[in-house]
Amino acid sequence: MASATRYIGKSMKRKEDPKLIQGMGHYIDDLNLPGMQAVVLVRSPHAHARIRSIDTAAARSAPGVLAVLTAEDIRDSIGMVPCAAQIPDMKNAARPVLAIDKVRMAGEAVAVVVASDRFLATDAANLVEVDYEPLPAVVDPEKAMSKDSPVIHEQYKDNVAYRWALEGGDLKKAFAKADKIVRQRMVNQRLIPVAMEPRGTMAEYLPGEKTLKVWSSTQIPHLLRTQIAAMIGAPEHSVQVITPEVGGGFGSKLNVYPEEALVAHLAMRLGKPMKWIETRRENFLVAIHGRDQIDDVEMAVKRDGTILGLKVRILADLGAYYQLLTPLIPTLTALMTSGCYKIPAIRVEITAVLTNKMATDAYRGAGRPEATYLVERMMDVVAKALGKDPVEFRRKNFPKPKEFPYTTPTGITYDSADYHRSLDLALKMSGYKKLRAEQAALRKKGRYIGIGVSTYVEICAMGPSSAMPAGGWESATVRIEPSGNVNILTGSSPHGQGQETSFAQIGADILGITPDVVNVVHGDTARVPYGIGTFGSRATAVGGTAVYKSLVKLREKLAAIAGHIMGEKPANLVFGDGRISSKSKKKSIPFGEAVGAAYAAKSLPPGIEPGLDATTFFEPTNFTFPFGTHICVVEVDVETGDVKLTKYVAVDDCGNVINPMLVEGQVHGGIVQAVGQALFEDAVYDDQGQLLSGELTDYAIPRAGDLPWMETARTVTPSPVNPLGVKGVGEAGTIGATPAIMNAVADALAPFGVTHLDMPAKRERVWSAIRAARRAK
Amino acid sequence: MPMDIHLKVNQKPVESQVEPRLLLVYYLREVLGLTGTHIGCETSLCGACTVLVDGKAVKSCTMLAVQADGTEVTTIEGIATNGAKGGLSPVQEGFWEKHGLQCGYCTPGMILAATALLRENPEPDEQEIRHAIEGNLCRCTGYQNIVEAVRYASKKIKSSKRSAA
Repeated sequence: MASATRYIGKSMKRKEDPKLIQGMGHYIDDLNLPGMQAVVLVRSPHAHARIRSIDTAAARSAPGVLAVLTAEDIRDSIGMVPCAAQIPDMKNAARPVLAIDKVRMAGEAVAVVVASDRFLATDAANLVEVDYEPLPAVVDPEKAMSKDSPVIHEQYKDNVAYRWALEGGDLKKAFAKADKIVRQRMVNQRLIPVAMEPRGTMAEYLPGEKTLKVWSSTQIPHLLRTQIAAMIGAPEHSVQVITPEVGGGFGSKLNVYPEEALVAHLAMRLGKPMKWIETRRENFLVAIHGRDQIDDVEMAVKRDGTILGLKVRILADLGAYYQLLTPLIPTLTALMTSGCYKIPAIRVEITAVLTNKMATDAYRGAGRPEATYLVERMMDVVAKALGKDPVEFRRKNFPKPKEFPYTTPTGITYDSADYHRSLDLALKMSGYKKLRAEQAALRKKGRYIGIGVSTYVEICAMGPSSAMPAGGWESATVRIEPSGNVNILTGSSPHGQGQETSFAQIGADILGITPDVVNVVHGDTARVPYGIGTFGSRATAVGGTAVYKSLVKLREKLAAIAGHIMGEKPANLVFGDGRISSKSKKKSIPFGEAVGAAYAAKSLPPGIEPGLDATTFFEPTNFTFPFGTHICVVEVDVETGDVKLTKYVAVDDCGNVINPMLVEGQVHGGIVQAVGQALFEDAVYDDQGQLLSGELTDYAIPRAGDLPWMETARTVTPSPVNPLGVKGVGEAGTIGATPAIMNAVADALAPFGVTHLDMPAKRERVWSAIRAARRAK
Repeated sequence: MPMDIHLKVNQKPVESQVEPRLLLVYYLREVLGLTGTHIGCETSLCGACTVLVDGKAVKSCTMLAVQADGTEVTTIEGIATNGAKGGLSPVQEGFWEKHGLQCGYCTPGMILAATALLRENPEPDEQEIRHAIEGNLCRCTGYQNIVEAVRYASKKIKSSKRSAA
């Protein structure tokens, strides 16, 4: 039994788009319920302060107000914000839903106001009087470790959340044997995800039916259901979580937030539907942040350019409280420090500290961009120190294709790759040699361009459950309805990735029908079997494989039924063009006839049950490891420090591809978020713990005019980890592109003696670096 | 004190009594139920709420509903009727054909901004397109396919004019 590939691998227009381009999609704030109340939080202006008292009297008597509550009112009814990550000897830094006695970051909620509309609720929130006793704020992660630093969680002696180390190979020997040891300290600055749709939650409780419905803009509806039920003490089977259209996530909605549990609790407590919509200012302050590491890197090399060993000390700023995965993220950096190189010995030491800031967590890439950045920057720094071409230095240390699966000293096994091929293609596309000649010619004229190369590998398709804090499998149910229409129910609830289309393409090919009769259902815990969600570039490789396996189960069942009708062996049947036919095509029935027979159940073969419904919980045996090469060119105006990105070439290998157009879209978006980190974005807190870049005026995400035309291409190295051979692509851009751009900036500044520059390469920083280097000369 | 306003929204006359502090975007969304116009920042920085007011692209969170008195407003829900009959406008079609959207949240604002551009400049080059949508932020697409979508629309408008002539 087989089916032809007609839709997999083709760029199909998205099924999700007609509603979205006509303004007919429904995001959370587009939904309303009769009698609904608006929820607004009162937030602390202080980063660190004791709460002496809260006076809610004026707010309670304001027009339209239904309730004003503080921690005193809810602390016995709602549990702490959950953290799924566990690291040995980790301090507990759990966050209460409303601050108890003390606030530990600016924006932490101290009270909640419920009123008949959002404007009246906001008016009343302004009337809540909180008497704070400000405490000195802990902002700098290095100072946070010092003995005289104030302690944020007072039950402990210090602010160190945990220390953790990972070692493989003989590092001592590697460093002893080295001809050269090169050191570089680099800062991977704090970022803010800025999904265009802020967060939001709506809830309704039906006391008769005893059901609680929660609508939330989330990437993980099922995990959210479990956690909300636990936090507010509701039976999980009576809680339903629905995710409407989700306007971007990038990891910021891969979480369980205080507001989600609070809104659910308020709907039950006050007996009215509730809605909370985050403002952009709140989104900056209290939706998770990303990155925020200081990395001290040492690489041991031989004179001929062979890498012997790598030592990395990571100082990770976790913020004041843990969100769902906060402590886990720096450990992902540690895992990926081998990059796409053979490094015989690696040691990574992590010190994670608590500061009076928002939690860092899984922002697009989640620990892996940090790893790729430190490895790929280091490759350039070391190449320079050895007087070698950065491309040849990389190539010399690649494992060869026949060496895969390749196990790194950090203990992970890369599934498949051909690093040489993607590098060669990117060099060819960019005209690398010509670019170098052009660079030399321009320098003579006083113009400074830089060429940056990054060869990256990432860890995707999260992941085997043994390595995941909350299950790494994914579910899919396929139902072929009596009409022959197909419903695919997936736990990988998307937020822009396009699974409604790509999963329909898989469905159409496996069943030999067209994608228009295949419907993808997601984001409703009452309709879809328990699932994990869309993050960690896992939706296609894990969720898509679950879909594929359920489809194959139904194809086998239909073949048995069709074979019985036609008097043909099921193994001799092929599915295609809406028919089930014998290989010789002599016998054939419409697909719908076999489906009808499954439901009519009058002439089923022995042992075959009626109906067409199959569920798979797919557990992957390994992660997947997509890779690629990015090459870019920047021009630096040495008088103003302005950096202009003028050329971008990306060659990515994410294994087999279901819909190339969607893959390219993911690559574009990822690269541009990386441009944001490299050139513009920086979450800046002052020494009082105030977020200075807390609005779109001050936190600069890339605009259309900041970018060159991106030239993209793919190589295809299928993954052996899943039957589709797919790897994942959602985070490739943010992982591969950041070091390419910073390598280009450093390359442009090389004539001035600048060897490294921390991100973002904004004008002032570039200008100052040139000035300092000129002075030092 | 609520005030009376009269305006046309998507070619239909409407009249309402509104609070003077009500922003146009809330009027469209919460009074008229036109939820295709999205709110991304409320500070006129992201462009998700872009609509046409008397044919010009305007961020509807930067304007009070009372300031829209006497104007003609076009939202994403009304854009198709200005283009193809009953179908999609060329810009909407371009976004679909060229994968100019992922999560879709910025899309209505982008489509309106691009529509205003093409009315003023029917054949913009890449830089003109990028410049015209600089007030509209997108975090998903990296903008390249949005540029492609606008180019598609430009070509489509040109060819339909030619066939009409």
